[in-house]
Amino acid sequence: MALSRQIFDTVIVGGGGSGLRAALQLAEAGHHVAVFSKVFPTRSHTVAAQGGIGASLGNMQEDHWLWHMYDTIKGSDYLGDQDAIEFMCRKAAEVVYELEHFGMPFDRNPDGTIYQRPFGGHSQNFGERPVQRACAAADRTGHAMLHTLYQRNVRAHCQFFVEWMALDLIRDYEGVVVGIVALEMETGEVVIFQAKSTILATGGAGRIYHSSTNAFINTGDGLGMAARAGVPLEDMEFWQFHPTGVAGAGVLITEGVRGEGGILLNSEGERFMERYAPTMKDLASRDVVSRGIDQEIKEGRGVGPEKDHVLLKLDHLGAEVINKRLPGIREIALKFANVDPIREPIPVVPTCHYQMGGIPTNYYGQVVAPRGALGSSEVIPGLYAIGECACVSVHGANRLGTNSLLDLLVFGKSAGDHLCQWLKSNPQHRDLPHDAADRSMERLSRLDSAQSGENITEVAQAMRRTVQHHAGVFRTGPLLREGVEKIREVAQRARNTAIKDKSRVFNTARIEALELENLVIVAEATLVAAEARTESRGAQAREDFKDRDDKNWLKHSLWYLEGSRLDYKPVNLQPLTVESFEPKVRVY
Amino acid sequence: MTATLTREQERLRWRSRRGLLEMDLILQRFLDQHLTRLTETEVRAYDALLQLPDNDFLDLAMGRKGPDDAELLPVLEKIRQS
Ligand SMILES: Cc1cc2nc3c(=O)[nH]c(=O)nc-3n(C[C@H](O)[C@H](O)[C@H](O)COP(=O)(O)OP(=O)(O)OC[C@H]3O[C@@H](n4cnc5c(N)ncnc54)[C@H](O)[C@@H]3O)c2cc1C
Repeated sequence: MALSRQIFDTVIVGGGGSGLRAALQLAEAGHHVAVFSKVFPTRSHTVAAQGGIGASLGNMQEDHWLWHMYDTIKGSDYLGDQDAIEFMCRKAAEVVYELEHFGMPFDRNPDGTIYQRPFGGHSQNFGERPVQRACAAADRTGHAMLHTLYQRNVRAHCQFFVEWMALDLIRDYEGVVVGIVALEMETGEVVIFQAKSTILATGGAGRIYHSSTNAFINTGDGLGMAARAGVPLEDMEFWQFHPTGVAGAGVLITEGVRGEGGILLNSEGERFMERYAPTMKDLASRDVVSRGIDQEIKEGRGVGPEKDHVLLKLDHLGAEVINKRLPGIREIALKFANVDPIREPIPVVPTCHYQMGGIPTNYYGQVVAPRGALGSSEVIPGLYAIGECACVSVHGANRLGTNSLLDLLVFGKSAGDHLCQWLKSNPQHRDLPHDAADRSMERLSRLDSAQSGENITEVAQAMRRTVQHHAGVFRTGPLLREGVEKIREVAQRARNTAIKDKSRVFNTARIEALELENLVIVAEATLVAAEARTESRGAQAREDFKDRDDKNWLKHSLWYLEGSRLDYKPVNLQPLTVESFEPKVRVY
Repeated sequence: MTATLTREQERLRWRSRRGLLEMDLILQRFLDQHLTRLTETEVRAYDALLQLPDNDFLDLAMGRKGPDDAELLPVLEKIRQS
């Protein structure tokens, strides 16, 4: 069956903050750009971001990009690449002012400059004292950013393919990426999009965890597409957790609740944080509280029929304090936990929030992968990745708050700029290989013909439980090894699903089966990489290897789908112009 | 359940995938309870709500605000109570 074909200069998979920023750079330069999104672009997950965008504008106190760079490197637990981090921190002011110029409604100071909020980990003079560095638009920063960028893209005649799902990358015989295969949900039609260059901007894959703050669309499709095309995934063991998401739902309960006096209890009614952090107790840092909770659960002191969460008690604060200082929290608890915190405790659990790893790139957004035994990284021609699905790596083992929105803007723009140059020297479309759509068509026809097989909902549930239990905050060798075995079984099941609905029009079961195939790839990468890394660094906390081990592990992991094998590459400790920040013990 | 949905219901189910997790959860509960029984008028009202930006929709669903258009209220009440 011959598929229809469309031709563009660049196809961008993803209409979130990063995809839109890259699209704008290209469309305003007059290139023929197509942006794909599973949902209306302004409903991309970027809409959830509230905290702000980090940039050392110095509008509140003195600030400097070098201090921002230091905070980012320290936050990353020295796993971040210092060339990319310098690049991002130096460009921060420029991309924020550009966004302001595009019409972003930033909060203002009385003198008209952009107001900046305080945020954890942002410091003046290399950790000396806090500095206000986060630029926000009330509590709708992500929303405002998406709307601003979307409007401008429409004006620049960028072409949108909304409710289309990209299925696979097309690589030719020389390994050059020459486009994508995509499915239109409304018709079920599969179309080949031939392009000189392709950008993946599909966001994170936080839905591999049972407890996740991510929206349902965050299924790691770009990571699956890259992995199937032979591209490794970098540093997938590193996921940032928030200590208190509502159990079973994932909606965040801010640290402010513990700030106001809320305390955590286990199944025995014990205030267990006193054991893990005798001084700070429930107010210890995020990672310490997350680890404490997860350890209580692992040791059998969790609450509920599955013993899989703990309780956040605040009734002792009294109705007045709760209503006055924490009204939003009461609303969330009532809606998503079905409890009234004035009378009952809220069930909470450490919740996956952000994916630090992803598709390996340089700071131009070009996807890079090692070639040959020497381990030197080489660009995969025609392929770029930006945003949460990419690993530049500016976040290393742990992301500094507000650096993700910054990453979208800086590397979205940088990829767009780089491509404008690249397109000049690569003006022709390359031929499509004969098997361009084979992989996608095989995946679809398997689903269309399978009469019996695994149930998607059950397999997805098994995956989320496995990842949550075996690659949660509290990690040990035996736990991870068992997890690797289990997830391989789950992955096998995910390749053997069957759906009853064989229609082509808005077949959501079919879409979910395809998404699940991507999720299990990310889940397996996570477990395998976490098991192999015998050290604790940033978000990876191993009980059996409690210390950071710079001698053996100051390196990025690379996981390949083929053979589920691992490789490694060095961390780039050499910034662009300044001196290297040598690894130091990380204390706050 | 999926196999018995009409194409129109499937379309609504997909459009109920949102950028905010809160909205995903709220609409999932609503759809589980009501999707197969929505009247034509309700489908039209729900479609209109789905056009809203996520944050505005969340404000309505949480009851922080009322809708500008009174015709949206019956469906909104079902969403709020799901
Ligand atoms: C609750 C919450 C609050 C946050 N707050 C902040 C904050 O204050 N500051 C900060 O810096 N960061 C914050 N973050 C992180 C930040 O919001 C995200 O990392 C960032 O928005 C991701 O943007 P993106 O462009 O990479 O992807 P997304 O915005 O997730 O967009 C992905 C896009 O890809 C599309 N897509 C995916 N798969 C396919 C496919 N197969 N075919 C077609 N299209 C596809 C989607 O439809 C979507 O358009 C927060 C995260 C959460 C969960």
